[in-house]
Formats: sequence, C-alpha cells, structure tokens
Amino acid sequence: MSAPDQTAGEVPEREWPLWEVFVRPARGLSHVHAGSLHAADAQMAIGNARDLYTRRGEGVSIWVVRSADLVASSPDEKDELFDPAGDKVYRHPTFFTASEGVPGL
Amino acid sequence: MTTTPSAGSGTSVGTTDVAEYALRLGDDALVLAQRLGEWISRAPELEEDVALANIGLDLLGQARALLSYAGSLTGRTEDELAYFRSAEEFRAAHLMSLPRGDFAVTIARMLIVAAYQRELYARLAGSADETLAGVAGKAIKEVTYHFEHARDWTLRLGDGTDESHRRMQRALDGLWPYVAELFVSDEVEQRLVAAGVAVDSSTLRAGFDQAVDPILAEATLDVPQVPSVSGGGRRGNPGEHLGHLLAEMQSLARQFPGATW
Repeated sequence: MSAPDQTAGEVPEREWPLWEVFVRPARGLSHVHAGSLHAADAQMAIGNARDLYTRRGEGVSIWVVRSADLVASSPDEKDELFDPAGDKVYRHPTFFTASEGVPGL
Repeated sequence: MTTTPSAGSGTSVGTTDVAEYALRLGDDALVLAQRLGEWISRAPELEEDVALANIGLDLLGQARALLSYAGSLTGRTEDELAYFRSAEEFRAAHLMSLPRGDFAVTIARMLIVAAYQRELYARLAGSADETLAGVAGKAIKEVTYHFEHARDWTLRLGDGTDESHRRMQRALDGLWPYVAELFVSDEVEQRLVAAGVAVDSSTLRAGFDQAVDPILAEATLDVPQVPSVSGGGRRGNPGEHLGHLLAEMQSLARQFPGATW
C-alpha cells in the first residue's frame, strides 16, 4: 500500500518482461525448455536467447514465449492430476509379458 | 599467389606487407574487443552484458587469428604482439580506441565497425592469401550478427524516447569524424591489392553508406555532416586514448611475463 503520487496510474514498467526460451538441439528433436530471460519484445528475446543459450552451438532453432502467456498446472492439484496414474498398472507396458525368443525386445 | 614466412623476400608481395596488413585488421579487432570487455558487469541489463561480452569475444577470436598470422610471418607470437608492443607499434584505427562512452556510443561504434567489417570480410574471403581468406570467411558470420545487434539497438534508441534519441545522435556526431580513417588506403595496401591479397579500403565506403544510411533514416537520426580528423592509427600515430587502454590490457602480462592461469 504505497502512498499515491502525482504519477500514479502511469508509472512506466521499470523492468523488461520475462520470456521463456525453448531451444531445439538438432533436427528431429523437440524444442526443450532452456531457461528464461528479460527482453523488451520478441525480437530482442530471440537475440538475447541466442546469446544466453546457444553460444556454444547448442541449437538449430529457438522459440520464445512471454512467461505471462504460459498456463501452468497448479502444484495444489498435483494429487488429482498425477497420482491416479500410479495404481493403474495396465497403463504401463509392464503389464505385457514378452514372449520368449522374440528378437529385438 | 601465396606467401611464405621466409625472411628477405624480394617479391612484390612481401611478407612484411602481409604481416603489416594482418596487424591492422587484428589490432582493430583486439582494441575494440578490449573496449567491449569494459562493459562486463556494467551493461544496462544482464542479457545485454552477455551480448556485449560475446561480441567482444568474437572480435578477440578474430584478433588472435590475425595476430598469430602476422607473428608467424615475423617470428613473434600472438601474445608478444598483443602484450609487448607500444602504442606506436599498434595499427588500429583511432575509432577503435575511443573511450567506451555511454551505451549509445558503444552501439553507434558497433554499427559503424560492423558495417565496415562486413564489407571488408565479404571481399577478403576471396583473397589470394588462404589464411586471410579463411579468417574472413569465418568472421563474416560473426560481424553480420554484430551488425544486426547494433542495428536493432540503433532503431530502438534513435526512435525511442527524447533522451535516447538525443544520446544516440550525440554518439554518432562524436564518432563520425573517425569514420573516414577506415576507408583510407595506402601504399602497403595497394601493393597487396595488386597481388589480390588485400581489399582496397577506399572501395568499401559505398557499401558502408548503403548499409548504414537507411538504418539511421529509419531511426530518425541524421548522418552527421562533420569534418574528419586526420587519423594516423595505421601509420603508428596511436592517438590519445590507446596508451591508456594498453596500460590496462598489458599490465598483467608485463608484470608477470609468461603468466598462465
């Protein structure tokens, strides 16, 4: 609760917004989350991502997305989202037994 | 035509000329790399801090290749050339050693130098000297990125707030007198041009203007109309700032010769 001043309501953003960076390490692989950074806009975010996350030749493609635009699952919902999968053994390939003598399994 | 490091070559493409030419290009890169390194931990944003350091390291890599080559022709190592020459023995253009100034000065200089180097290396990649051609072929991609980085910032600052516009224009006005020196050719260079080794600097200006002028226009900045300074960095007149830069850059190597870490 800071006291209102004469510029209240039109205070410019003092920090650049946050962006999440996804880098594809090679053709045929998926983009993987590499980290986050600050940038004024998408073009600068790509440039900064290039300098921060691909300077040693790690990538062939970069995606950036505003962190504010990401929708994430809530940690509070962890139980109902993920735990039920644990006791449904038939969802796992371990339910099947491998036939003897089948090559390549 | 290739050159060999044999001493006393009396051919038209003397190794002395090639070494001198490599020193000029290498010293430009080395001195500017040192100036960019001054930004580390001081840039306006962490991300830009890393970007400036990366660009400085690109230039340092070019400098190492060029100084190593110059040294191989004259019997010296890259470290001897970098750390044990006096300011008068350096061959960098004055533009490179000017103080780093504010962020606008750094961006304006990056735009100017990258535009110049891009023209230079694109042509030098076809040099008859395989080493110079190889260095240029690798560097062209690096300086193209430097150019794009500087272009983006020039547009942001020039067409940004009143204050950023004022500073960007002030930076250009201060640097522009030093631009002409980049495009001055001389006898050493002309001998190498005749042999297909070097690029005639005076022929690079048109491409430079074509690259830079539209960016300045889009950034609502004026191309400064100012007289040029005399320069002389290529001839052993180091200007007033290089000595201070070298004092810092060379102090450790001179205090502890052969130091490694």
